[in-house]
This record gives sequence, C-alpha cells and structure tokens, in this order.
Amino acid sequence: MSNPQQLRYSKEHEWLSGAEDGASTVGITEHAANALGDVVFVQLPDVGDSVTAGETCGELESTKSVSDLYSPVSGEVTEVNEDVVNDPSLVNSAPFEGGWLFKVRITDEPADLLSADEYTAFTAG
Amino acid sequence: MSSSELRRTALDATHRALGATMTDFAGWDMPLRYGSEREEHVAVRTRAGLFDLSHMGEITVTGPQAAELLNFALVGNIGTVKPGRARYTMICREDGGILDDLIVYRLGEVRYMVVANASNAQVVLDALTERAAGFDAEVRDDRDAYALLAVQGPESPGILASLTDADLDGLKYYAGLPGTVAGVPALIARTGYTGEDGFELFVKPEHAVELWQALTKAGEGAGLVPCGLSCRDTLRLEAGMPLYGNELTTSLTPFDAGLGRVVKFEKEGDFVGRAALTEAAERAASEPPRVLVGLVAEGRRVPRAGYPVVAGGEVIGEVTSGAPSPTLGKPIAMAYVDPAHAAPGTEGVGVDIRGSHEPYEVVALPFYKRRK
Repeated sequence: MSNPQQLRYSKEHEWLSGAEDGASTVGITEHAANALGDVVFVQLPDVGDSVTAGETCGELESTKSVSDLYSPVSGEVTEVNEDVVNDPSLVNSAPFEGGWLFKVRITDEPADLLSADEYTAFTAG
Repeated sequence: MSSSELRRTALDATHRALGATMTDFAGWDMPLRYGSEREEHVAVRTRAGLFDLSHMGEITVTGPQAAELLNFALVGNIGTVKPGRARYTMICREDGGILDDLIVYRLGEVRYMVVANASNAQVVLDALTERAAGFDAEVRDDRDAYALLAVQGPESPGILASLTDADLDGLKYYAGLPGTVAGVPALIARTGYTGEDGFELFVKPEHAVELWQALTKAGEGAGLVPCGLSCRDTLRLEAGMPLYGNELTTSLTPFDAGLGRVVKFEKEGDFVGRAALTEAAERAASEPPRVLVGLVAEGRRVPRAGYPVVAGGEVIGEVTSGAPSPTLGKPIAMAYVDPAHAAPGTEGVGVDIRGSHEPYEVVALPFYKRRK
C-alpha cells in the first residue's frame, strides 16, 4: 500500500490534503481502512461545525467495531462527503479518493503531522 | 498477550501467504479475514468458504464407561448417540451455570470426541478429567492431535465429493465418518456454525496444508474462498446460533438461554448440575426469565454486545451479539429482553447506541434459514 506523497498524516490515521479554495480535505488512510475491515456506517460532522485537532468529530463503524473519527486539524467544516454516507464501502475501496470524509477551513494545525514517508514508517513500526 | 506468545495453527504460513489479517482469538493467532469479510460471508451463503478452525479444542473420551462418564459430566443424553452420529450439548457447573457448549461425536462403540470452544477447552478438559473419577474411562487432551478445516456453503458437497469416495449423500447433518479426503485420512463431519450445509474435517496437523490446498483447488470453479473468523461470527449470528461468552455464560443456565431442551432429566443416573437445573427449569416455568430474541435495525447504526435494550425510557434487556447482516443488509442483534417485550413485532423497542435510542424490530430467531 502506498500513501500519497502530497498528503499529510496524523497518528490517528487521518490524512489531510493541501488547501484548495481555502479548504483542506480529510479522510482516513488505507492502513486504517484495512484495519477496520468493511465500513458499514459513517457519521460525519455537520457543515458549519467547528472541529478541534485531536478530538473526535464522528465515527466509523465496521463489521467488528466502532471507531472514533479524529480531526487532524482545527477549523470549520465546509463540506461533507454525502456519497460516503450513502455508500460507506467507499472508505475501503478508495480511501484516498472517493472515500474522503469532509473538508475543513483550517484555523490551527498541530506541528506534528507526518509526511507520507514518516507515516509509512509509523505504520510499519 | 504479544503475538509471539500466541499459538499458531498448522496453516499459519498459508494464512500469511494469503495476506490474512490475523487476530488473537482465545490465545490463538487466527485469520480474521483475508479480504472483505462481507464478501467471505456472501461466498458461504451462495457458494462455499474454507475455514481453519484448528483452535477448537478436541478431547477424546474412551473406555467401557465412556458413555456413562459423559452422561454424568454433561447435560445431554450421550447414551442415545449412535456410532457415527454427533450431538450438540452443554457442560454445566454444579450450580447449573453453563461452562461451555459442545459437540460430542461418537466415533466408535466406546470412543467419543468432545469438541469444546477454544476459550473453554482447558476448563472443559479439567472438568471432564475431574468428573471421570470412579468411571472406567480415559479423558485425553487431543488439542494438538488435530487440525480442523471446514468447508461450508451450498457448493461444499460437490467440492468435497470430488476429493473423496466417502458416502457424503449418506452422511446426515450431525453425523461423522472416517474417510480419506485428497489422500489424507480425515474424520468427515456434517457440522458447522454457519447456517449452511457443510463439512468439518478433522485431520492430523501435518496434513492440514495439503488438504487446504486440495480443497482450494477443488473449489476454484465453484467460487470457494478462504474465510476468516469475522464472517464466521456474522454467519452464526444470522443463523441465530449462540456464542459462548456472548449468549452463553457461567451466570446463565441452559433454561435462561432458551436452550433447556438440551438438558435431559430423563436420562439414567445423576449428572453434574441436576438439582440446580431442576430448580432452574421450575423457575423458568413459573417466572419466565429474559428471552433471547432477534433485533433488526431500522437505521444503520450497529448494536454491539453489552448495549442496553430500551422501551418506554426503561432498560428492558441487553444486546449479546450484534453486527451488520450482509444477508439482510441491515444491522441485527441477539439480545436478552424482558418477556413482556419479547414477542415478535413488539412496538417501541430500541437499542441505546452510545446514548442515542435507535428503533429496532423484535423478530424470532433465526434471522436466516437456508432453503433445503
């Protein structure tokens, strides 16, 4: 599995894109999706919600378990992926693309987000 | 427990080569899934799946009084099991609490194999050994003597038939016979834990890889896939089959679990738990205990073991197992609920899913029954 170079990563296995029209996209990594197994339910924050870096902002439910979704950054949610709400399997089939979760206008971001190579090393450990 | 301390089955390298996600299950490093557990589940319902169940605990009981010992130690009437047949039964404590649910195979005139859950194998072995005192019978730990492979699903008879001369048509549900599969000596049993037709093959561990490969090859055309414990759990849940640790525990008697029928008071002689179970049966008749029911979600959030079942703002039960059902396309659960709310179709029942009360429909078990 390869983690796209242009993204940054949290240790809670979220990815964050660079800003586009002022907002960055958030999803969970392929590593996390594989660990969860088939995702069957996704609860996302609402548009307009404030999210805080490192705090829960939703949940992902798979066959075996329910996991919290953590926001990798602080900011305001500008868009959520309705496709993934209707078809949670997108998280498994395309975690870095069609399975994105929400977009956020960043107000603050932690200094310890990882590069693709750092995240790959982190998950290999 | 670190992964290096986990026990590994004879098929460990095979699972790793297939890219399985492994999990610690009762001290064993077992395949959870190979790819998508939902696809594995669907394969068993519609085609065939291949499982490694070598973590199950085999205990051999032999000797002139083997049947008498089992009648004393277990709640079922093992004396009536004919050679070549099997019986679902339970082992209870003196106070009636369930120690484990078991399948007992009668392999010969005075030879039985007891198959216990991995998590309880030592407890069952210890109890049988202790209860054997005074009987002319031997209890032997055969956990390391067998690997167990299961082929489950509608295509499984055809797949197995291509590898054996054994009379599979004559092999009924809950029967077992010794035979040869793909050149490997095996005890072939028509049992399973999936709600589908299927077979369990007990073989020597050194033959496990060879048999796995032969079954994989024989099942290629029929769409057989390797299957992990994750789909085994959703398959048995849909089939309404209890799982020890979830629906069955030491704090419940078989009567509390709705499985009083496995207790055979009419059998000859005393058995461990008889007095307490007699009381439990009377109590169940006069003050009905909570009832194990099925719940089907109206929404998409999945109930999990331990979640409260609610009605009218009151807690009226507890979920014991829950999962998204691939066959129904909705979350389902088994739960013990107060008798007043146990009838199928009871209105106003919900599950408290992390603080939010989600509506659920009460249904009779099982959720899924195969067409014969």
